[in-house]
Amino acid sequence: MKTYAIYLAKRLLQFVLVVFIGINLTYVISHATPIDPVEQTISALTSFGNTSPEAIETMRESLRELYGMSGTPLEQYVSFWSRIVVGDFGPSLSAFPTPVSELILRALPWTIGLLVVATVLAWLLGNLLGGLAGYYRKNRLLKAMGLIAMGLHPMPYYVVAFVLLVVFGFLWPVLPISGGSGIGVGRGFSFDFISSVLLHSLLPALSLVVVGLGGWFLGMRALVSNIVTEDYVVYAELGGVDRRRILTSYVMRNALVPQVTGLAMSLGAIFTGAIITEEVFGYPGIGSLLVDAVHAGDYSLVLGITSVSIVAVSLAVLVIDLLYPLLDPRVQVE
Amino acid sequence: MLKIFRDLLRFNLEFAIGTLIVSIIVGLSVLSFFSPYPPEDIYVVAPDVPPSWEYWLGTTSRGQDVFWQMTAALRNTLLFGIAVAAISRVISLTIGLVSGYMGGMTDRVLMSINDTFIIIPLFPILVLFYFVMRDSMSWALLALIMAALGWAYDARLIRSVAMSLRTREFTSQCIFSGMSPRQIMTREHLPYVLPIVFSTTLNNMNWSIGMEVTLSVLGFTDINTPTIGSMLYWANQHTALVAGVWWWIAWPVIAVMLLFIGLYLLATALNEYIDPRSRLSRMGGAT
Repeated sequence: MKTYAIYLAKRLLQFVLVVFIGINLTYVISHATPIDPVEQTISALTSFGNTSPEAIETMRESLRELYGMSGTPLEQYVSFWSRIVVGDFGPSLSAFPTPVSELILRALPWTIGLLVVATVLAWLLGNLLGGLAGYYRKNRLLKAMGLIAMGLHPMPYYVVAFVLLVVFGFLWPVLPISGGSGIGVGRGFSFDFISSVLLHSLLPALSLVVVGLGGWFLGMRALVSNIVTEDYVVYAELGGVDRRRILTSYVMRNALVPQVTGLAMSLGAIFTGAIITEEVFGYPGIGSLLVDAVHAGDYSLVLGITSVSIVAVSLAVLVIDLLYPLLDPRVQVE
Repeated sequence: MLKIFRDLLRFNLEFAIGTLIVSIIVGLSVLSFFSPYPPEDIYVVAPDVPPSWEYWLGTTSRGQDVFWQMTAALRNTLLFGIAVAAISRVISLTIGLVSGYMGGMTDRVLMSINDTFIIIPLFPILVLFYFVMRDSMSWALLALIMAALGWAYDARLIRSVAMSLRTREFTSQCIFSGMSPRQIMTREHLPYVLPIVFSTTLNNMNWSIGMEVTLSVLGFTDINTPTIGSMLYWANQHTALVAGVWWWIAWPVIAVMLLFIGLYLLATALNEYIDPRSRLSRMGGAT
């Protein structure tokens, strides 16, 4: 139990560190650059028609206040952190006066739903097939899958999503290519709504799974083909243990441990992939919100999404880390 | 060195295919220096001409020859990947070697920071960076920030190699003969990690090019420099697919997909060469 407590403390510390460094990074980027977001916003606002100098001055003052750009650098830094801690990023400029946090909360369930389903699916399928491919090396079908995985794995999320969009949007239009649910389908707990949501999530989820699957497949195959040569596996084979049992509880069980660590490590990249995919398919999640916010010049919203993304991803990594001892008993025993 | 290269070409199919693809791409990008039109100029040829004898890959709605535009785009994209990889190699080598050799507290602190950079979702941060920089955003600036953010994963790999080197006898001998840690790291350990640095370079290029394409397509970079991403950006701006100008999108996408596969195949082939265990199992020796 004591080792688990130490493990827990270490993970929590790492979580705090990730949030600390990540948020500081956003602070440095948003404050230490030569370009002033206040002037940016003002020039965007005043580019249509004439505005009196007094009005611009008032605007500048209130924007400085709003963006936390007033006062000494230290005051700015403190106010930046206090806003993050309570999750208050001020009102959104493009959807004034809706608070940024409300916009993010509205988009977050879409992203999380898509991300969780696609990641779990890709991870499970990739590991299962990769494990089989590592164990049954002669199987033609699994060899062919390895080749396909090799071709798909290096593709960035955007390219895969884009190709799928072209295929299912222009060449063979059978699936909805944009939006989160059908137009005119009432929201609520109805069959129509749920099936529409599932149908719309099919292509984004597919592109996430297609990219993710290859990586887990190749990783698991390499791990398994190394474990197969270990003495204890040879011994089990000589001892007449059932082949299927060797594969599941002798080989795959051990290979899963680094794969879980890998999942925690690559969660940030997967999240990046999810928000890019969302943008391609116009899925109403964080990604689309972020891109729209940039185009609308909405400083608070961009800053809010960046901060929330960092906290959300590191929280998810923490959850995986906390579940890790279930899989690897070495963490619990001395 | 040359002999290794020849053997890899002959016996490792992945390496051979990867080399072939990457050579084609590099060849194309070198051709950009012989382009009859300056790559930034628009309306130099008739717009929207389908692939023909005169314009091999067709022309864009902006009046550019797709073939010559693509050679320039590939050159800039490749250079971008190389620039990011080169800068981030310096960081990841330093962190990896120091962390692996020093161990103890130094290692723990460096690796905590390292893991942080692995976990943080980089896309929102890059978007924020673009949002703040706007018109001052340039190709070089993007390469710099990507290098500053994208070193962590490889530093971890280099550290694991350096850690195993630390326990080798020759390291003790170096310490006893009075070499400083800096000398040991640069003169003794660096040559050992170079092969893995090379394969991580290729993977890092894949990552940075993929990110650049994504950011450019969304218009979040300097879109007036021709890269594969900015080519697709302009194609989307002119709704090339709806207008039926498929060649504007198809060729750059095919080229960049080939580039990803080529670089990846080279990287895996090198990894396999570095790790003799997987080489053995491939030859069927150790199953």
